[in-house]
Amino acid sequence: ARAKVNQKDFSTASLKDEEEFTDILEERRCTTDLGYALRTFNPQPYKGAPSSSTSDLKKAVLESQYLRYIIALETGSSVEKVRQEARGILEEMSHNLQLGFIRLMAYTVNKVFKRLFRSIYVNMEGLNMLQQAIQESPVILMPNHRSYVDFLIVSFILFTYDIPIPVIAAGIPLASMKVVGEILRRSGAFFIRRAIGSDKLYWAVLSEYVRTIVRTGCAPLEFYVEGFRSRTLKSVVPKLGMMDMVLEPYFKGEVFDITLVPISISYDRVVEESLLALELLGVPKPKESTTGLFKASRVLQEDYGCMHVNFGRPLSVRQLCEGKINRSEYNLIPRDLPQRPSTEIQDCVNWVAHLIVRTQEEGSLISPWSLMACLLLQAPITTLTEEGLQWHGLTEKTLWLRKLVLDFRGRLNWPGEWARWISKISIYFNYTDGDPASQDPLSPEEGVMRTAAAVLMLVSYRNQALHVFVRPGILATLFSFFCFLRDVFANEFIFIPGRASQVTDFAEACSLLQKCGAVHMSEQEVTVLETGLEVLSFLQKLLQPFLDSYQLIFRYLCENGAHVFTEKQFLPAVQNLATKLILSGKTEFLSSDTQKNVLSALRRLEAVTKLRA
Amino acid sequence: MKWNGWGYSDSKFLYNKKGQAEFTGKRYRLSGMIIPGLREWMESTFGANLQHKTPAAPILNSSAVQPPTLNEAFLKELKSTGIPFSHDAEDRVFRSHGHCLHEIFALREGKIGRVPDLVVWPNCHNDVVKIVELACKHNVCLMPYGGGTSVSSALECPPEETRSIVSLDTSQMNRILWIDEKNLTAHVEAGIVGQDLERLLNESGYCTGHEPDSMEFSSLGGWVATRASGMKKNIYGNIEDLVVHIKMVTPQGVIEKSCQGPRMSTGPDVHHFIMGSEGTLGVVTEVTMKIRPMPEYQKYGSVVFPNFEMGVACLREVARQRCAPASIRLMDNEQFKFGHALKPQVSSIFTSFLDGLKKFYITKFKGFDPNRLCVATLLFEGDREKVLQHEKQVYDIAAKFGGLAAGEDNGQRGYMLTFVIAYLRDLGMDYYVIGESFETSVPWDRVLDICRNVKARIVRECKDKGVQFPPLSTCRVTQTYDAGACVYFYFAFNYRGLSDPVHVYEQVEHAAREEILANGGSLSHHHGVGKLRKEWMRETISSVGMGMLKSVKDYVDPNNIFGNRNLL
Repeated sequence: ARAKVNQKDFSTASLKDEEEFTDILEERRCTTDLGYALRTFNPQPYKGAPSSSTSDLKKAVLESQYLRYIIALETGSSVEKVRQEARGILEEMSHNLQLGFIRLMAYTVNKVFKRLFRSIYVNMEGLNMLQQAIQESPVILMPNHRSYVDFLIVSFILFTYDIPIPVIAAGIPLASMKVVGEILRRSGAFFIRRAIGSDKLYWAVLSEYVRTIVRTGCAPLEFYVEGFRSRTLKSVVPKLGMMDMVLEPYFKGEVFDITLVPISISYDRVVEESLLALELLGVPKPKESTTGLFKASRVLQEDYGCMHVNFGRPLSVRQLCEGKINRSEYNLIPRDLPQRPSTEIQDCVNWVAHLIVRTQEEGSLISPWSLMACLLLQAPITTLTEEGLQWHGLTEKTLWLRKLVLDFRGRLNWPGEWARWISKISIYFNYTDGDPASQDPLSPEEGVMRTAAAVLMLVSYRNQALHVFVRPGILATLFSFFCFLRDVFANEFIFIPGRASQVTDFAEACSLLQKCGAVHMSEQEVTVLETGLEVLSFLQKLLQPFLDSYQLIFRYLCENGAHVFTEKQFLPAVQNLATKLILSGKTEFLSSDTQKNVLSALRRLEAVTKLRA
Repeated sequence: MKWNGWGYSDSKFLYNKKGQAEFTGKRYRLSGMIIPGLREWMESTFGANLQHKTPAAPILNSSAVQPPTLNEAFLKELKSTGIPFSHDAEDRVFRSHGHCLHEIFALREGKIGRVPDLVVWPNCHNDVVKIVELACKHNVCLMPYGGGTSVSSALECPPEETRSIVSLDTSQMNRILWIDEKNLTAHVEAGIVGQDLERLLNESGYCTGHEPDSMEFSSLGGWVATRASGMKKNIYGNIEDLVVHIKMVTPQGVIEKSCQGPRMSTGPDVHHFIMGSEGTLGVVTEVTMKIRPMPEYQKYGSVVFPNFEMGVACLREVARQRCAPASIRLMDNEQFKFGHALKPQVSSIFTSFLDGLKKFYITKFKGFDPNRLCVATLLFEGDREKVLQHEKQVYDIAAKFGGLAAGEDNGQRGYMLTFVIAYLRDLGMDYYVIGESFETSVPWDRVLDICRNVKARIVRECKDKGVQFPPLSTCRVTQTYDAGACVYFYFAFNYRGLSDPVHVYEQVEHAAREEILANGGSLSHHHGVGKLRKEWMRETISSVGMGMLKSVKDYVDPNNIFGNRNLL
């Protein structure tokens, strides 16, 4: 139950609702870009950090005992050759953060963002907490990843507010972009290959590189725990490789603590929205290239609305892991050697990674457009493609959904002129009237493709709101299942008929489980208590034979294939099947009473009808 | 001796009428001196204030002591042996505690818990045999008492004990029985305290070289029972290296080896059941120890390092080259400042001018940051020529790690502090400041990490537990070994505004110990386990290890006559 309590503490630890967001572009629009890029930059770094250059970092990695150990293990070629290879990997990987390039980056990014976005909102309180945290312990910045635009936004904000610039884990394709790759590298990006597989040497260099950054605290480390850009705009189940490397210095006691800062970046519109849908339909993603980047510059002419960057409350790894792990498992092997973590540690890493993604979700802001997408997708496709929807009805319904989101403690980004803004951007989604530019009739295949692309785009925007609804959604499904079972068993047990009593029964069930201590219900949550497992499993096992029996009979009816049967044939046949199953130990009992009940139930539910003989 | 504080009654720190700190008495180098910097240090470090006093109860209120539960049959037979005993309240209270913070704090408040019901003073090994026989016969609980310097709650009477508790005070067994100059051993009664043993041996030109910080008061039997470690172990070894033969009286009879061979291969060494048994198996009565001719020459020294990391690297190199002097200790910056605050008033302008010059040289000329630098104190021993040679070797190594020789005086003062620091805690307790030290041993590669993490943990826990003032959280590396080092932590805070300061203190110390264990440190290097650290024994030595120790206890003392409930 303890873990549960923690979870609650941390999930409510995400920032409070009445958050003050500041538009950082507003000030940028008043000053010259050049003046901004050349501003004095004087951050307060981590107090324990040595002032080390990138070459010091590389040297420390190459000379580490860990790497020497791994190199010695690599048989097949000479030690010098392996070392050379390791050096090559490191060269390919390593960042080369330089303030000059940060200024160049800030200059460019500033120009681009001012064109793309109306505003970039940042919560100053989160930023202040980050500034504090960075001085106390090594900090890991963990944004969600929805767009290429994410990549430099955090660095851009930190530069603006005099906070140390992070080094950022990036995919290797970015490095191969001409000039741009090098600029990114000098802006703090370091590059990781995809599909490392079992390349032990590569893993060793990478993990030692990451751990050295964390251990020395020479710069904040930024990485996407989701691993890659979410094409569906829905959070992706976190990847644990980087997370492992990042947390290990704490597990091994090499640092007192590590601070994790979840960052939620939300967009009104994602720059690559049209690409996303095509990609999901199987059209390959264009390869990252500098020329591609220039071609993409047409996006600069569009209005992408606002961007919200929500810096979450810094989380102490020490506090998160308290009571979950026993770090003394690292006491018996030199810490410089690789050691497979216990399942306890692995579970903890997995939990932390999921917690971060959850916190990112909670911190992200849902736009009206996203809510509207939820509604649009519930309308039949033909309504969307042919008939259309009443605009007024749609906005009414969206407002209703807005209230629901607030009740579910979701966070909204609800501009005053939201409806106008949507009607403006929705012309980009040509789902109602086809492409206005082309008058040629579309082939049916093309039509399907086009509709699919539009729907998938809608799906993406709906996905941004899903995290608010998914839990109550499952419960709602559960309730309907409750009603269904209650209905099925109405001949077996006594239920007061009627819709009202359905709800009473459900409430009664919940309250009884709470009363016996099986579940705990507070304002915020329902918890299954450790002590309750016994009760729950008893109850489940109690009803299991009934479920089995009913299922058995349903199965018989489905498999038998006969549409008409007599009760006289039916009973022994079912009994026969049951006996077989009992003999093979697959079911418990089958009384003729139950069989009769099943038949009555099926009749009542109109699955079978009784023919007069 | 004080009944509710450390050491001799005549020696203590106090603030005189002018508000200056001074150390009373005549026993120590610091005695009778004014310490001008101490007040400011206390005020700035703890936020302590001379106006806010928390004086101790001046005398023991005998009525607060529970009347003794006496076993009349035992008492009657004891009387017939002629062994002296007492059930006077003061005698009993004096032997009811060690020097853990909670023990002294309670005494100062006049709170007395369960105390022994009777104190006996055997005069020799045979007296002990008689007492143990009687205790077994009448089912009386025996608790051996040596110097009373325990810091592990080892002397606390188990509150759940219903039998009569008899404190067996070994202080009258304090003779050197013989000295064997051919083999360089001495046979000594176990009740002798460290300083008497050294003084008596010195008279014959010998020493044991075993100098734990508590040596003024701690006893030979206590050293054996807790696996003590001495400051100069680099030359003389720890207690397990010094002991040649042990005699212990147990409920099953006397255990001893049949010869004095310097090493034996006769199964597991039974001495190792005795050493560290913490009074749970019997009473150590006589010990044969190695002795050495007194060193011809002693020289103190000190080295200033730009930071703690460099200092630790230097100590590690010294250990690697196996050239550690008799003692080498590295204090962190906070302790360096503390040592500085304890400098007595200097008499001549010249000395203070010189001090100023040194400070200028180190901080301005050499660029050491006064808030980061740290100091190592050294003690060399041996014949003059070798000492000088050795000294040069160590200073050369130190120089490679940025160390600057900082004079004999600083070194000597560092070692003197060891003896007065326990007195200082009493001064702190007069002004709302409570604190304690604890220790561990740890592999070399973890020394820096454990120091940083434990210190940080203490600071964080204090904050979390509502301590209103920043705590003092400091450490030093006090011993070097081939494969690791012994680290000592000091921790103290101003408890004004806390309703239950001792509880807060204990929570923080507990957390600090958890941190030590999580960082690969040991449960104890030399303080022992007692009852204070019992809860971690199983994870420390494994369940099988616990079973081994338990089965020894069950065989040797099936009725738990030695019922202090330490260790297991």
